[in-house]
Formats: sequence, C-alpha cells, structure tokens
Amino acid sequence: MRKTRRNRAAIRQAAGAGRGLWSDAWRALRRNRAAMTAAAILAVVAALCVFGPLLSPVAFDYLDWDHVSVPPSLETWHLFGTDDLGRDLFVRTLAGGRISLMVGLVATAVSLLIGISYGALAGYVGGRTDQVMMRIVDILYAMPFMFLVILLMVLFGRNIALIFVAIGAINWLDMARIVRGQTLSIKRREFVEAAQTAGVSTPRIIRRHIVPNLFGVVVVYVTLTIPQVILVESFLSFLGLGVQEPMTSWGALVNEGAKALENAPWTLVFPAGFLAATLFCCNFIGDGLRDALDPRDRSA
Amino acid sequence: MPLLSVRDLRVDFSTPDGVVEAVRGIDFNLDAACTLGIVGESGSGKSQTVLSLMGLLADNGRSSGSARFEGRELIGMPDGELRGIRGNRIAMIFQDPMTSLNPYLRIGVQMAQVLELHEGLGRREALRRCGELLEAVRIPDAGKRLDSWPHELSGGMRQRVTIATALLCKPSLLIADEPTTALDVTVQAQILALMRELRRDFQAAIIFITHDLGIVAGFCDDVLVMQDGECRERGSVESVYARPAHPYTRRLLSAVPRLDQDVRSRAQGRAALRPALEVDGLDVVYSLKRPGMFAPAPRLKAVSSGAFMIAPGETLGVVGESGCGKSSLARAVIGLVPASAGRITLLGRDLGEAGKSAWKDARRNMQMVFQDPLASLNPRMTARQIVAEPLGACRPDLSRGEREERVVRILNRVGLAGGQLDRYPHEFSGGQCQRIGIARALAPGPAVVICDEAVSALDVSIRAQIVDLLMELQDELGLALVFIAHDLAVVRQISHRVVVMYLGRAMEIAHSEHLYGRPMHPYTRALIEAAPIPDPEVERARKREPLQGEPPSPLNPPAGCAFSARCSFAIDRCRREMPELRAVSRSMVACHRAEEIAPSGA
Repeated sequence: MRKTRRNRAAIRQAAGAGRGLWSDAWRALRRNRAAMTAAAILAVVAALCVFGPLLSPVAFDYLDWDHVSVPPSLETWHLFGTDDLGRDLFVRTLAGGRISLMVGLVATAVSLLIGISYGALAGYVGGRTDQVMMRIVDILYAMPFMFLVILLMVLFGRNIALIFVAIGAINWLDMARIVRGQTLSIKRREFVEAAQTAGVSTPRIIRRHIVPNLFGVVVVYVTLTIPQVILVESFLSFLGLGVQEPMTSWGALVNEGAKALENAPWTLVFPAGFLAATLFCCNFIGDGLRDALDPRDRSA
Repeated sequence: MPLLSVRDLRVDFSTPDGVVEAVRGIDFNLDAACTLGIVGESGSGKSQTVLSLMGLLADNGRSSGSARFEGRELIGMPDGELRGIRGNRIAMIFQDPMTSLNPYLRIGVQMAQVLELHEGLGRREALRRCGELLEAVRIPDAGKRLDSWPHELSGGMRQRVTIATALLCKPSLLIADEPTTALDVTVQAQILALMRELRRDFQAAIIFITHDLGIVAGFCDDVLVMQDGECRERGSVESVYARPAHPYTRRLLSAVPRLDQDVRSRAQGRAALRPALEVDGLDVVYSLKRPGMFAPAPRLKAVSSGAFMIAPGETLGVVGESGCGKSSLARAVIGLVPASAGRITLLGRDLGEAGKSAWKDARRNMQMVFQDPLASLNPRMTARQIVAEPLGACRPDLSRGEREERVVRILNRVGLAGGQLDRYPHEFSGGQCQRIGIARALAPGPAVVICDEAVSALDVSIRAQIVDLLMELQDELGLALVFIAHDLAVVRQISHRVVVMYLGRAMEIAHSEHLYGRPMHPYTRALIEAAPIPDPEVERARKREPLQGEPPSPLNPPAGCAFSARCSFAIDRCRREMPELRAVSRSMVACHRAEEIAPSGA
C-alpha cells in the first residue's frame, strides 16, 4: 500500500505534475523584474493605506486650526502638508487610498467575474442564446449610468458599497462584449473542435480551453478598467453621490487639489502621485501577467 | 554573362535569443530565360534567399555577400534604387493570391498602379495594358474583370491576376514563391501550363521556390536543394534527379511517394464480421446567412448521400479538391456538424437512434486527427495534459494513476519521451505536434480514427514518417482509418480503398490498385494526370491537357452530373441526368459513359 503510494508519487514527480498553467505562470512572473517591482510598490502602497491611518497620531478628519494650508514640513509633522481646513493630507491620502483601491479591486473583480462568464457562455453557445444574451447587454447599455446610481441611492440609501455594485454593474457590459468577440474566434480553432470530438463537456471546454486563451485581451482590458473605475468614483463623489465628506478618496482629493493648485500645489501633487503610481503598477503587472500566462512568450 | 549571379549570399536575423543564420553562403547563376527551382523544407531558408535579393527582409534581417543582377549589385543597394527594380525588372508572385491582393481595390486599379508608378502611364493607358495582360493569362472576359473586386474571383483566377500584375513591366526575372501551393491540383496544373507559355512568350527568367519536387521536375531547368540555409546540391534537373549526389537529396527524393510507380500495395484489409463504421445516405446541409431579414437562408449542400463502409484494420482514403465536401463528411460522421439526413452505424450501433448516450460512447470509439498540427493543440496545455484530456472525458472508470500511466505509454509509443512530455506545443516541431495529435486521438482506445488532412501541413520527409507511424499503429491496434487528403500519392500509399469526391458526391469508389491503375471516372483520371511526378523524364514525356475551369459553386450545382461542366466526355445526358454510383468492372463509378471511355487493357 505504502509502496504503491510512493510509486505513484514518483510517477507524478517524474511526470512533472507540478507543471501546470498557474504554477508555470507564477514562475515566469517572478522572473519578470518590472512586474515584480511594480507588485512590490503596489503592496507597499496598499499596506500604507490599510495600516497608515491606524498608526497616525491624528485622524483623517481632525481639523488643525493652527496649521491651515501649510506646506509639507517635518516640524509640524504634516508630512504632506494640510488642506484649507487644516486636515492632515498624509492621513487623508492614505485613508482615501482605502476607498480608491477598494473600488478599483471590487468593481473590477465584479466586472471580470460577470463579464467573462457571461461573454464566454454567449460566445461559445452561440446561436439564439447568444442573440438573446447580447440584446440584454444592449438594453442595459441603454440605461443611463447616472440614473441607475440615483435610483440605487433612493432605494437603498447612501452607502459606499452601492458605488462598488453600480460601477461593477456597468463595467461588466464592456467586458462581456470583448470576451464574447474573442470567444467567437477561439471556438473555431481546431483545438476546441478536438476537445469536442474527445467528448469533453461544455463547462470544461469553456474553463480549460476558452478562458485561458482569453487572458491576453482580458488582462489588457483590466489594466485599463482599474484606473477608469477609480476615476468614475471620483466623478461620483464630485457630484455628491460617492463618498461623503469628511471621508475621501484619491479622486476626490485630486479634485480638491486641482482647485487649490495655485496657492497649495501640494494638495494636488501627493494624492495624484499615489494615484499615478498605482496605475503605473497596475499596467506593469498586467503586462507581466499577460506574458506569463502565454507559454509562447516564456523562454523555456 | 548570367542575368543574376549570386555569390556567398548570407542572411542573418538578430533575435532576442541571438543571431539566427537563415541563409549561410548560397551561390548560383541564372541565365536569361532560364528557370531555377529552389526546393527545401520549411525553414530551409529558400524564401529568405529571394527576399534578400529584393531587399524585402524583415527589419531585424541583414544580408551580405553579392548578387549582381543585370550588372548591378543588389545587396546593399539603397532602398530607393531597389524600388525602381522591384516590380519593374524583378517581379514577384506570392503564395496566397488572396492576401497579396488588396481587398479594397478593384483588380484594374491595383494592377494599373504598377504601371503608373514604374512607367508613368496615365490611368486610361495603364488600364488598357492591364486588360491585355489579363487576356494573356487567359482570364475570360478580361475587360470586365478589371472592374471586379478580388473576392469575386476564384483562387485560380486571383493567382492569374497576380501573375499578370507581375508581368506588367515585362520583367527579366520573375520570382515565384510557392505560387501554386494554395491551389487545388487541377488548378495548379492550369497555372503551371500558363506559366510555361508565358515563360516562352515573355522570355523571362524564373526562380521557382517550392517544396514540391514533382513541380520542379516538370517545370525547371536547374535545381538548387536547400537545407538549414545551405545549398546541398545544385545542377540540372535531369542530373540531380537521376543521380542525386548528396544524401539529403536522396532522402528527400525517396520520401516522396510517386503516383506512377507501384509502391508497396497494402494488403487487403482483414475480412471482418461486422464493419467498424458504416455510413449511409449522409447529407450535410449548411444554412448560410440570410441575405435580408425576411429572405430565406440560402442552403449549401456540402455532402449528398455520402455512403461508405469500413472494416477494422482497413484504411479508406477520401480524395478531392477543396470544397468537395470531404471535410464536411468527416465532421458530420464524428458529430462536429449535424447531418441533415442519413445513418451512421458505429460498431453495429445506430448513432442516430440511440441519442445522446450513444454519441458519448461514440466519442470513445471514434476520434479525429486534425490538419494543422499546432492549431489543433491548446497553446496553454502541456503535451501530457493534452493527451490526458480525452481520457478524463471518456474513461472515468480509470483511476488517476492508470490514466497517467496510459498517457505516458501512448506518448512514448508515438515517439515522445522524458522531459518532452511537459513541454508546450510551441516548443515542438510540426511533426512532433502531429504525433501529440495522434496520441490524443488514440488515448481513449478508439476503433475508428478519422485523419482530416493530417499530413498536408507537414514537410515531405516528416510526412513520410507520420504516414509510417499511422500504418504501424493501425496494424498494431486494428484501427479503421478514414484518411482524408488532397494528395493522391499519399492516399495511395496508405489506403486500401479510395473514394473520389467532387462537389459533395462520390464519383468513384474502388480498391486502391484499381483506382490508380485503371481509373474509370473522367474526374479521377484528370486528378491523376494533374498530379506532378518527381521525375523529369516522366514529367517531360507526359501529355498535358489540364482540366479546364474550376469546380462549380455548391450553392447552385449543375442539374446533371456535377462534373459535366468540366468533363471532355460530357454528352447531353450528362447535363440532364445525375448518374448514380454503379458497379463497373471492379469499381463503383458515377458516370453514364464509364464503360465506353474506360481505358483499355488490364
């Protein structure tokens, strides 16, 4: 008994069962210096946003009347300066980052999950199912985004979680369309036919043959979606539909900073710097992921 | 002085993995109005050789050496000057006539551009010359064709247009890079006949690049055999074919199956109690896109009453030109496209009646090997995963360990071992990819394997290996093989019985030796006559009457015999009445006049 188990383990090892799509992709990603650096920076930013406000002596909504609109300095301990109400910008930037990163992550994940499964299913099954599913997408497209958000607010009251849902619910439409188009071309490839003749079930074909080959396009689209989502959130906040004062987000901070650009440029520079750094990192990681997930781009 | 004299031509490509030497020192001379054939397998550098002459290498490519053309040095010539020679003194014909024509320009406009550019002619004068050339390449209604769009022409007609375009400025050198590879064998014969005439009329020298030794034998004066960027052998066609000096040339020549020689005829299939697969009255009809919202969808009948039977251990060859329905037949049999009528019986079970569960079982007993070795493998799965997949789907009864063991055994059997099993498809050569494809088909232990053009995309020497492998596996496992191909010689090599298809119908069914030895149907005969034979003496002695025209559209097939429009024996009855398959001599033939026109003897 023990012997057979060991034998089997040996077979599997000789078989190199450790070589799968994901483990290989991870190995390739680790060799990609740009992607790994970007991931490290992003991790630092995220850690700062999560833990920074907890460790800070002042709260993000504390009004320091002695230091209104002061530039960054070590003496006052306002590392990034303060805004026109005397609130510490360092803490506000980190606190705002929580909201922005969360929106970027959750809304993108929602649109990925719904968009890929919906689009891949419509594209793969095709025919009338495809027609009906894509017409539903068209109808949802026709709904004005603002109207949807206001409707949700009226029905459920003001809640930051609703923003995530609303943004995700809009973004998956684009994703579904892109994924469907790609699926249509992949499903005519011979390896999908080969899987069909081999009797592989439809869900498994979608999972093993269609979705992995969608990654190239999806990853590029995601790296475009994350910044877009963060900016949409700031727009909603600007309209008074998103996060409410004194809570803030990067988008809202950039917005305020842009107005105070002439007399307090630091109120723009720091939040914008964090936002830009995050978006850069997303792009590098996205590129790295796309290459890592494509065996043809990996050197052996 | 020769027209073109090439000395020590080298082409390098700088890639991220280092410098790749694609061509390593080629020398040759080409006299005016002579034809040089460059043969080699894919990756031998034959295309790069001529692209470097034209200054058309990819951006990371660099050429060195010397190539003197009409007294001028081509290598290192500035691009502006080269442009004056390209299309003017040296013209090129590419492989795929569809991609080398711009789909957004009318034929006349794109041809006229060449003349406007090189000879400064006005549009009207240029169009007149283009019309003359279209006539010279025997395009019917040449004047009207100037206003056509590329997609309105058939493949053969498009290739005639590219040839006409190449000849517009009366070049002294014509470079043809696999000009007939994308064409059917009867159309290829027409194009080659046309090029022979044009060569005489225009007095142009030709460099003909091809992988097909048969074409070189019949078309070229000299031949240059390339392998790995080096010249293996160079000389007149007669001497090289009769007395190949280099081992590579000998190997290449022996790898090509010949239609005119009695290759080892395969022993008859074992007489079995029941056929492995029986197909009767199979129709495949595709509904095309509706032209308007309320218009009925046009229907395309790809296969009409397809019928065959195949015993265990037997190979049935299916040949025909593209669009004859051979692939549709295979795909309907295996269930990739629905059959609109007919019965498929696999190992005594009717698949139509038994419903879904029968199909599931059929998957295990019937598998397919696809045409494109690389495209038929998922680029994101390793060889091991690819072969394991059908096992997981068809044989849930096996344990994980048994499955893994079986995968390794099958992959070893087709010639892949050790660390290779965990490589991804792009890390394999074309031949190895096809071995994986075969292993995947064999994994569930099928009784019937359908090979859809399984060796067409492979080089000749690899093709021979894969054909041998298939025959070995068949003998070992008693497989019934359905072997679909357009290459008559390969089909002859592997098949016990052969079906010739034309426009969705079987024209002739016979044992391989009868079919090739004494073809009864005029279409079968035309196919055999059109296939080039790699022997200059035989090629030169052959009478050339290539079949005219191209297969009619299956959207509106002719009323009577499908072949009647191109058949030189057709009588009124043929155009009115569809011939049924019937036994004539030892074959089944669908021809009203089979007895009258049958070749005498045998």
